Amino acid sequence: MDKSYKAVMERQIEIIKKSVGLDYNRFEIEGISFDYEKMMNESGFSIEEIERIQKETGVGNTPLVELKNINNLIKKLSDKGKGARIFVKDEQTNPSGSFKDRRASISVYMAKKLGYEGVIAATSGNYGAAVASQAAKRGLKSIIIQECFDSRGVGQPEILEKERSCAAYGSEVVQVSVGPELFYYTLLLLEETGFFNASLYSPFGIAGIETLGMEIANQTKEFTGKFPDVVVSTHAGGGLTTGTARGLKKAGAFSTKVIGASVDLRGLHMASDKDFNRKSFTTGHTGFGIPFAVFPDRSDVPRNAARVLRYMDRYVLVTQGEVFYMTELLAKLEGLQRGPAGNTSLVAAFALAREMNEDEIIVVNETEYTGAGKLPSAQLTFAKENGIQVILGDPIKDDIPGERIVIPEDPSQIDYIEIPMSQLKESYINQLIKRLGKTDFTQKEIQFISEEIREDEDSVINLIKKVKEETL
Amino acid sequence: MEIKKGDWVQIHYIALNPEERVSHLPEDTKKVPFEVRIKGFLEDEKAEIGDIVTIKTPIGRIVKGKLEKVNPRYEHNFGEPIPELLKVNKDKLPLSRDRGEKPLS
Repeated sequence: MDKSYKAVMERQIEIIKKSVGLDYNRFEIEGISFDYEKMMNESGFSIEEIERIQKETGVGNTPLVELKNINNLIKKLSDKGKGARIFVKDEQTNPSGSFKDRRASISVYMAKKLGYEGVIAATSGNYGAAVASQAAKRGLKSIIIQECFDSRGVGQPEILEKERSCAAYGSEVVQVSVGPELFYYTLLLLEETGFFNASLYSPFGIAGIETLGMEIANQTKEFTGKFPDVVVSTHAGGGLTTGTARGLKKAGAFSTKVIGASVDLRGLHMASDKDFNRKSFTTGHTGFGIPFAVFPDRSDVPRNAARVLRYMDRYVLVTQGEVFYMTELLAKLEGLQRGPAGNTSLVAAFALAREMNEDEIIVVNETEYTGAGKLPSAQLTFAKENGIQVILGDPIKDDIPGERIVIPEDPSQIDYIEIPMSQLKESYINQLIKRLGKTDFTQKEIQFISEEIREDEDSVINLIKKVKEETL
Repeated sequence: MEIKKGDWVQIHYIALNPEERVSHLPEDTKKVPFEVRIKGFLEDEKAEIGDIVTIKTPIGRIVKGKLEKVNPRYEHNFGEPIPELLKVNKDKLPLSRDRGEKPLS
């Protein structure tokens, strides 16, 4: 079998077809359009079934915790009548320590059900550990492929820690150097082993998150008598936000606003060998957040089930220094050592709460466990070793991704950068034109885009016209 | 040190040379190969660092590559204390003394 890049990519469709356990052709409509809801309904499970599957392996049913001391601090920093209450969904209590267990649980269950011998996941972090853990529980083999090293052979502490974690669960860990060829290598291994592709972006992976949204809605109601006003989730590939929003709706929380938050790493190239170790965050940052929001089908399945523009009401960015600061605050004020990924949305929630009324409720979607490689001390030591300046200052003003990490001097400096949804929607159209060479759209395609970006069909037509004038 | 069959080792190999890589890459990445590292149990009777060897991975897959490390250690750690973060001191924050005792209503 020819293992060259070109030959493997030519076999891509065939390899994926055998490894995803799902015939995506059933959902295609015309051109770019496909029936998203049909895909989610027919390939997924009812939320009761998901709960049952997750219960079998100890996933879900995690606590919702009010951050009383942080809320007290927010109130003191806010104008009179302002300062919403923040609750956090403590996902570290899942078997491998993050919400990713929810995602992995359904994929691994499907792999077992369909008779696969093992599962493969390409991931640098928590999802790999979750797949490895779920595979161990269900008696399947697992291969975790992680983008791990730069060309010097230097790996980021968070990624190295996750390698150890996956190895502990009995996985084979394949560590590759920087580059998009991670995808090529995943295909190669799927072909060689015949294993199941436990993709983050299959309907199974997204359906697994719906219980998270439902639990957030129900637990918040139990604590406060109402559904949350806002749920903030850390946004990377879009699965967390998509699944949570779907779960919130299934629980009846239709008016809850869903806000995505990412760490601002704009300007760093995700495929750059040099930039790779100049970032402290391996997920939850703009390098995933923006491209996956505006072109979801760049994933490892024919149709990505994580389509965040269908669900996200607002998108905000926070800085690396703020996340480290918040990790300290969470530990010192609430006795919760967590992070760093989930603390991204906590930073955003902290700033948003000061603008909201005191009777409003924000739920921070999730925490994740923390360990040696994920601690601020490990991350910042690594940053300094890689030539990044760490200073005290005003994070929003002074932060330069890849050059300078700014720790706030005072909690009143915690703030966010708003990325207008209109900008993401325009970029979505732009990607269709740029990547797929689309210049004309059929009625069915217009209708599909209208559902994708939540704008009426006339607005979509106008937006296409505007983007075409600007780009062509 | 003698490295023998069954020892836990790490191998390294180049999956794609720079000219075989995907075309749209940043300049710095373009210049370097796409490398792979995998750990497993040595299949050869004995070997030395730098030899091309065969390993069996924890799930039983057989892979060939250059022997790089024996019993490779986990190298991540807690890092050093960070002065900028040590300054995050709760006594300097505007908090009431009875924090955590009563829920906000």
